[in-house]
Parts: sequence; C-alpha cells; structure tokens
Amino acid sequence: MEKQTKIKVRNLDLFYGANHALKNVNMDIKEKSVTAFIGPSGCGKSTFLKTLNRMNDLVDSVKIDGLVELDNENIYGEDVDTTLLRKKIGMVFQQPNPFPMSIYDNIAYGPRVHGIKDKNKLDRIVEESLRGAAIFDEVKDRLKKSALGLSGGQQQRICIARALAVQPDVLLMDEPTSALDPISTAKIEELMDELKKKYTVVVVTHNMQQAVRVSDETAFFLVGEMVEFNRTKDLFAYPKDKRTEDYITGRFG
Amino acid sequence: MDSQATVVMPQEKVKSSIAKKKQRKKDILAYIAVYLSATLAVALLVGIISYVLFKGARVVNISFLTHVTSFLDGTVGIAGNIVNTLYLIVMTMVIATPIGVGAAVYLNEYAKPGKLVSIIEFAIETLAGIPSIIFGLFGMVFFGATFGLGYSLWTGALTMVLMVLPLVTKNTKEALKTVPDSYRVGAIGLGTGKWHMIRTILLPSAMPGIITGVILAIGRIVGESAALLFTAGSAKILPASFNDLLEKTMQSGGTLTIQLYLSMSKGEYDIAFGIAVVLLVIVLEINILTKVLANKFDLNKKAK
Repeated sequence: MEKQTKIKVRNLDLFYGANHALKNVNMDIKEKSVTAFIGPSGCGKSTFLKTLNRMNDLVDSVKIDGLVELDNENIYGEDVDTTLLRKKIGMVFQQPNPFPMSIYDNIAYGPRVHGIKDKNKLDRIVEESLRGAAIFDEVKDRLKKSALGLSGGQQQRICIARALAVQPDVLLMDEPTSALDPISTAKIEELMDELKKKYTVVVVTHNMQQAVRVSDETAFFLVGEMVEFNRTKDLFAYPKDKRTEDYITGRFG
Repeated sequence: MDSQATVVMPQEKVKSSIAKKKQRKKDILAYIAVYLSATLAVALLVGIISYVLFKGARVVNISFLTHVTSFLDGTVGIAGNIVNTLYLIVMTMVIATPIGVGAAVYLNEYAKPGKLVSIIEFAIETLAGIPSIIFGLFGMVFFGATFGLGYSLWTGALTMVLMVLPLVTKNTKEALKTVPDSYRVGAIGLGTGKWHMIRTILLPSAMPGIITGVILAIGRIVGESAALLFTAGSAKILPASFNDLLEKTMQSGGTLTIQLYLSMSKGEYDIAFGIAVVLLVIVLEINILTKVLANKFDLNKKAK
C-alpha cells in the first residue's frame, strides 16, 4: 500500500543574504517512514531540514521562496502559528541539549508549554515519552535528578523523549548520532525503526551506512541542490546521477 | 646572501648536548621581581586590614552596634547608620534589579545587533565609569530639588539606582551570553514562545551571573559615600516606631560610610575606625555570600 505524503516541498529556494543555499528543491516526504538526507558538509541538508519546522526563522538574513506543505497546509502561510507548527514537527539536534533541569522537568517542559498542568497527566506523558525513546528503564529511579548528569547517548534519548512528549506527527533529526559513541548510535538507530511506526522521521546524516540501515528513502544533496531522491535501496544500488554515484562510492566528500 | 647562509647551515652544525643545565640570570631576576611584587601586594592588604582591626576592634561592641549616638543619653553607636544602609540596599535593589535584568534581556535576546545596541552598550560602560560625585550632583538636583524629594533615603536610593544599573545589566548580559544557544533552539523547537523560553530556561541558567551583579551592586551601595552625602543626607536616628518604617524613606538617612566621613571630619577617630571594622566585615560577608549563592544557583554544578 502506498503511504500518504506528509510533507510536500515545491520549488523551494533559500538564500542566506546573497548566498543561494538551497536551489529549487522538490520533495514528497511520506508519512510513517524514515527519510534520510545525505551529502557533504555545507551541501544544505541541515538547512533544508530546518526549513521544515521554520527554525530558519531565527536567522535574520534568511529569505525563502517556494512551497512547503504539512498535510496540505502551507507552513509559510501568513496565519501560521510557528508554536503550533513546531508542536507538530519536533526536532532533535546534533549535540544532545537537555535543559539544565531534572529529567522529569525536561520531558514535561513541552507539555507544560502547551498548557498541560495536571500532575497525573504529566506523569503519564513523561513515562510514555521515556518509554518511546527507550530510556525509561535506565532513568526511572532518577527522574528528579538533573539531566546533565547522564551520558551523551542517554542525553540524546532524553532529547528524543522530550520531543515526543508534545506528541508531534513529524520528528526532524539533525545528525542525531554524530556526537555519540557506536553503542549509543546503535540504540538510536534501533529507536528510529520503532519511531517510524508512529511518526514521520526525517534524519540528516553524515554517515551513509546509517542512511542505508535506518531509512526508507534517501535524498542526496550537493551544494544546495537536491541531486537525487529515491528509495534508499535503489539510490545506493543503482544511483541514476553520476554525482550520486561518485559520492556514495567515496570519490569525494 | 641569507638564503645561501641557510643552505650551508647543515654542514656547519655541530652536535650539541642538552646536558648543560644552568640558571639564567634574567630568569632569577625576573623571579625575584615578581615574588617581591606579590609579597608587597599581600603585605599591604594584610597591613591595612590588621591596622584597621587593631585600631577599631575595641570600639566595636554590642552597644556600639545597637545604639544611636546621643548626647542626651550619653550613648555612642551606629545602629541608625546600619539601618539606613539596609534601607538603601533594599530600596535601590528593588528598583535596579528588574530594570537591569530587563535591559540585559532586551540587549541580548531581542535587540538586533547593530548600531543602536552598540551605542546602548557603550553608554552602559561609560555610566559605570563616571565619578560617583557626579551622580551625587545629579541626584541632588534632579531627585532632590526637581522631584522635591529633598535629602531623603529615596533621593539617595534613586541616585544609587543610576549608579548600580550598569553593574546589574552588564553581569546579567554576560551571563546570558554564556547560556548555550542549544538551550534556545531546543526550547524554540518544542514550540515555546520566546518570553516563556527566557523565563524558564535562560534566566534560571543565568542566575549565578545575575546574583553576582546584584551582590556587587550591594557592595557598591555599602561602599558609596560621595554620591550619598548630598542625596540621602546624614541623619542617624532610627525610625521612631514600626509605623514609621515607611515614613523613614522620605527622611534623610546617613549610611555607614557617610558616618565614617563625618566622624573623621570631627576628629572622632575611634568611632571612625570602629565603623571601618564593621564595613570590612560586611564587605567580607558580601564576597563570601556571592560565592556561596552563585554556586548554589549554578544549574550545571547541580548535575554532579
């Protein structure tokens, strides 16, 4: 059965001042699947990821043209509330960035922002989110302790749990394992497999093996251009573009 | 010529041993110079403190701390000045803290970096370097005369607000700068509004810096005399009763340093040294308090 399109991108151009950072990107991201963006540093894959939940709004000199739709709603529309948008499209960053507060408060932060005050309800959300990020058993006895005391891999799963706690539809992950050791990386990759049953996952990665292992579809970016977008199996086995082939066979990048 | 010289070098190179340990004269001289400087610096400090303690310690007793100097009762004491100092600290900080923190939040989180911000920052730096007597002059004329507050604790407190604002703003701003951007994007990425993010993440993280600024400001108030002499005045009576506590703010009140100045000018050196001891102890306590509180509120240290 063909999966529905969750995010539709048409003719997207992005400028940082005079720098044309994304050039005419078109893409359909399917729901409940993992989509990977690969490409060398500075190719625009992280920038593109950030256009999907408007995190680029925080940068002053950014100008964006084109269409990005979430469930057929233009996310750059005039009456869009970025707060609600980012509630639907959560984000996990390259460096684990738990807030300097307890594990519990980290997870409850998002739900509290969005108006949930009931203690029992928060307790339930915290537990579910931590379970969803496969870290509940490791931290259940120290929920009131600072999240900064955890290891990098645990911190990253706390950040995933924190993103899940606001019950998003989409989870954007910007090189979520590049700061982690191989064991923590394996855990996060396993987790992505679980997450895609409920969420649409988009992951930027430097690591092509990771893209092969975790993703259903892969997009290859090069200097602001989306060169190729295909099912992961096909993209790596039968790259259609010479540049994709050169990149995945390790000739550059 | 030069290039030739470098080409010939390898052939001329003789094997040299590294086993030729010798003390270089310049090293020894430099060592002696810096050692003496350090000793002198510490000796001066210890000297001043012990001299003040020696001269003043015998004056300080419970009666000195709890009575007001009065010819009628025949008592000598600085209770009124201690109370006035406390008044001034509370009144000043209640106003200066929110304004200073607010200004820092605006400059660091809202204002777009550019000319205006640089000008404001430059103004704040300059404000911090203005001789305090100028604040005194301004305070006396503006708050005292134009506002009609006269010689009163309010005139003094408002003048001190102007003086300590840069301290609070600067320390808060520096503290906000050290809060990692990852906290900001992390919170924004969860759909947090900007102000909520500032209130729940940035200000708690910046708390040690804010506290440092506030306590430095308190130190400045305790130590200030020039700006207060013609604003808060020099009265030393205590509030007559509990009901007069608020009324006292509209009356003149001299702090410890003002009384120290007055005692000196009247040749009452015993009392002057007694006040000096009290001031030294207060400054020491303020410094300890800064360290303790800044540590206590350091969220990063809590993790360990």
